[in-house]
Amino acid sequence: MKRLIAAAALALMGLPGMAVADGHASFPDRPIMMMVSYGAGGATDFQARIVTMTAGNEDALGMPIAIINKPGAGGRVGWNWFATQAEADGYTLGAYNIPHFIAQSIEGGVQYSAESFEPIANWGADPAVFVVGADSPFNSMADVVGYATENPGKLTFSGAGLFVGHHIAALQLEKAAGVKLAYIPNNKGGAGAMKAVIAGDVLGGVNNLSDAFRAQEAGNVKILGVFDLERNAFLPDVPTMAEQGFDIDNASVNFRGVMVPKGTPQPIIDKLAATVPDMFANSRVAGKMKAGGSPMHIMTRDEVLDMWAAREETLRELLAGL
Amino acid sequence: MEFLAYFGDVFVPVNFGLLLLGTIGGLILGATPGLSPTMAVALLIPFTFRLEPAQGLILLGAAYTSTVAGGAVSAILLKIPGAPANIATTLDGHTMARKGQGARALHLSFLSSAVGGVFGVLLLIFLTPVLAQWALAFGPSHLFWLAILGVTVIGSLDSSSVVKGLLSGCIGLWLATIGFDDIMGAQRFIFHPSVSGGINVIPALIGLFAIPQVITMFAKGRQRLDAEVLSVERHPVGQAVREMGRRTRALSIGTLTGSVIGLIPGVGGQIAGLVAYDQSKKLSPEREKFGTGHSEGIIAAESANNAMVGPSLVPLLTLSIPGSPTAAVLLGGLLIHGIFPGSDLFDNHPQVAWTFINSMLIGQILMCLFGLYVAGLAARVAQVPNAVMAAVVLGLAVFGSYSVQNSMGDVYVMMTLGTGMYFLERFGFSAAPLVLGLILGPIAEANFIQGSMIATATSSVGLYFFTGALNLLLIGLVLVSVGYSAWMEIMSRRYTTKDDAIEKEEALS
Repeated sequence: MKRLIAAAALALMGLPGMAVADGHASFPDRPIMMMVSYGAGGATDFQARIVTMTAGNEDALGMPIAIINKPGAGGRVGWNWFATQAEADGYTLGAYNIPHFIAQSIEGGVQYSAESFEPIANWGADPAVFVVGADSPFNSMADVVGYATENPGKLTFSGAGLFVGHHIAALQLEKAAGVKLAYIPNNKGGAGAMKAVIAGDVLGGVNNLSDAFRAQEAGNVKILGVFDLERNAFLPDVPTMAEQGFDIDNASVNFRGVMVPKGTPQPIIDKLAATVPDMFANSRVAGKMKAGGSPMHIMTRDEVLDMWAAREETLRELLAGL
Repeated sequence: MEFLAYFGDVFVPVNFGLLLLGTIGGLILGATPGLSPTMAVALLIPFTFRLEPAQGLILLGAAYTSTVAGGAVSAILLKIPGAPANIATTLDGHTMARKGQGARALHLSFLSSAVGGVFGVLLLIFLTPVLAQWALAFGPSHLFWLAILGVTVIGSLDSSSVVKGLLSGCIGLWLATIGFDDIMGAQRFIFHPSVSGGINVIPALIGLFAIPQVITMFAKGRQRLDAEVLSVERHPVGQAVREMGRRTRALSIGTLTGSVIGLIPGVGGQIAGLVAYDQSKKLSPEREKFGTGHSEGIIAAESANNAMVGPSLVPLLTLSIPGSPTAAVLLGGLLIHGIFPGSDLFDNHPQVAWTFINSMLIGQILMCLFGLYVAGLAARVAQVPNAVMAAVVLGLAVFGSYSVQNSMGDVYVMMTLGTGMYFLERFGFSAAPLVLGLILGPIAEANFIQGSMIATATSSVGLYFFTGALNLLLIGLVLVSVGYSAWMEIMSRRYTTKDDAIEKEEALS
C-alpha cells in the first residue's frame, strides 16, 4: 500500500514537470472542458455539442470535450467566470457569441472585454432576419419602413434582448432607414421573441435565421430580409437589407466559436488553432448541423482575430449614441 | 384516431426497452435533488445521437414524464422538491411521510400523477389545434395578470396567517430582483459574485425547504434516539386506489388546473401544482386539514404537475416554439435528426410524432406501476435515524445545488437562504409563498415592462392592460381571489379572538 501511494505521488509530481519539459507536445492528455454561457437546449449549447462530438477522434484532439453550462444574465455570468476564474491551461475552452460579449463589454458592468480572451476558431454564423406574421400586410422591408415613416415610433418589433445581435440589427435598421422604431426586447430569448411575432403581440421581429427558417417552414411567419452581406443558402429567395436599399452590413451576424482565456501558453493555442478548424470541417458534424438548420461558417484563429477587431470598432460607433 | 395506428410501434422490442429504460432512469434522476426534468432530458440528448429519431424521442419523452413524477419522491421523503413543480407536494406529502405513512403518500402521488398525466397526453392528442390557439392567446398583459393572480395565491397558501404569507411572498419578490434584470440588463443588488446571475430557483428551493429541517434535526441532537424512529405503516395499493376514488374533487381540480395552466408558455409548469393545491384547498370542506398530511393536497398537486406534461408540448409540436425549458431541450433532440416541429412533423414524419406521443401515454402507466412497486421500499427512508438523515439530506442538498450550473456560488446561496428560512420558520413564516414570489416576480416584471413598451408605442398603458375579455377575466379572478382570502382571514380572526377571550377568562377565573 505504502509503495502504491509513493508511486502515485511520484507520478503526480512528474506530470506537470513532463508537460513543461516537452513544450506541451503531449497536449491534450486528458479530457477537455468547454464552457457554454447559455443554458442546455439553447442554440449555442446545441451547436457546441454537435461541433465537439468528434473531438475524441484520432485525427482531431484525441480527447473528448465535455460541455459545461454556466447560464445567466444573457451570457454575462459564464463569460465573467471564464475571464476571471477559468484556468488558462488549455483544458478549459469557452464558446463565444459575437456580437454579444463585445457589445456587453462596451455597455460596461462586466469583467471581460475582447482582450480577456484568445480566439481559437469560429464554427458558425447565424445572421439576423426580419420576420412578420404569416397574415401580416407587410410583404417587403419597404412596406415595413413605409409604415414606420407614417407612424413614427409605432412599429413594434421584438428581439432577444438588449446588447445582442438582434438589438444591433434593430439599431442598424433605424439608422439606415432614418425612422424611429419601437424595439421590444424579450426576456425569453429568440423563442420568446418569435412567439410574440406569431401571436401578433408585435407587428414584426428580428430573429435568428435558423429559428425563422423553421417557423417559415411551419407556415407561421414571412421572412422579409437578411441582415448580412449576401443571401443565405437556407433562404436563397430572401433578399439582403442592402439589396432592398438599406446600408446595413454583417455587424449583427451571430458568430459562434471557441476561445481560451488570456494567458494560455502559446504552444497550446497554436496546437488548438491548427486542429480545431479541421475538427469542425468533419462531414458528420456538417451533416448534423445542416439537419438542424444551423448555418456553418468555419474561420481560423487569424480570421477571427480580424473579425473581433472589426466588430469592436463598428459596435463602439453604433452603441455610442445609447 | 391517427394515433392508434402507431401504437404497435411503441411495443417493438427495442422501442419498448428504451421506454422502460427512460421511465426507470427518469424516476431515479427525478428523485435526485437538483436534477430537474430539464437537466435529465438534456443529459440524455447525447445518447439519442445514434438512435433513430422515433427511438430517441421515446427515450426523451419517457424520461420527461417520469422525472416530473420522480420529483415527488424526494419531495415526500426528504422534503426537497426536485423542481418547482413539486413544491406543493411537500406541503402534505412530507407531513404524511413524517407520520410513518410514506408509502400511502407515494402511492397516492403516483396514482394521481398517472391519472393527470394520461389526461394531459389525451388532450395533446385530441385538442392540439385548439390548444395551440389558447397558448398564443396569452400576450404580455395577460401573462402579467396571470402572475398577479399567482401572487394573490400567496396569501392563502400559508396556513398560519394571510399577513405572514404575503410578507414571505414579498421577500421572494425582492430576492427575484437580484442580478441582471431580464430586459434592460440593469444590475441590481449584486453584492456578491455568487448572485451576479440572479438567484436560481432550484438551489433556492433546495435551501428553503431542506436546510431548515436539517438544522432542526441537528438541533435535536442525540436525545431520545429510539423514540424518533418511526414505525412505517404498510399500505396496500388497493386502499390507495379506493382513496383516489373518494377524492375525485381534488383529482379533477388538479387535472384540469394543471392542463389549462400547463399550456401557457413560460409560466405554466412552475406554478400549476401550487395553484391546483390552493384551489382544491379553497373548495374543500376539509380545508383546515390541508398541510397536516391530508390526501387531497397530494392528489391535487401531483395530478396537476403531471397533467401539464402533455399540454406543455403543444406550442413546441405545433408552432415550433418551445414553451418551457424542457421543451427547448426536446427541440434540440428533434433538430439533431433533421426534424422540424410544426406541420412538417405531423405531415412528413407521423411515425415519429405519434410514436413519441403514444410512448408518453404508455410511459405514464409504466411510471405508475414501477413507482407503486418501489413505494413500500422507499418509504422505509423514514426509519433512518435523524442524525444520519440530516447528514444525507445535507449532502444531497449541496450536490443538487452545485450540479444545476456547476457553480459553488449556488451552494452558498442555498445555504444562506436555508439558514435564513430556519429562523423565519420559527416566526411562523413558510417557504412555499416565498418561492412562489421568487418564481412569479420576474414573470410579472418582464411582462409588465414589455407590455408597457408595446402600449406606449401603440396606444396607452391603461387601454393595453385593462381592456379585452381575457384581461378582464383575469382581473376578475384576481379580485375574487383577494376577496376570498381577506374574507377567510376576517372570519378566522373573529373566531380566534373569541376563543382567546374565553381562554383568557377561564385562565383568570
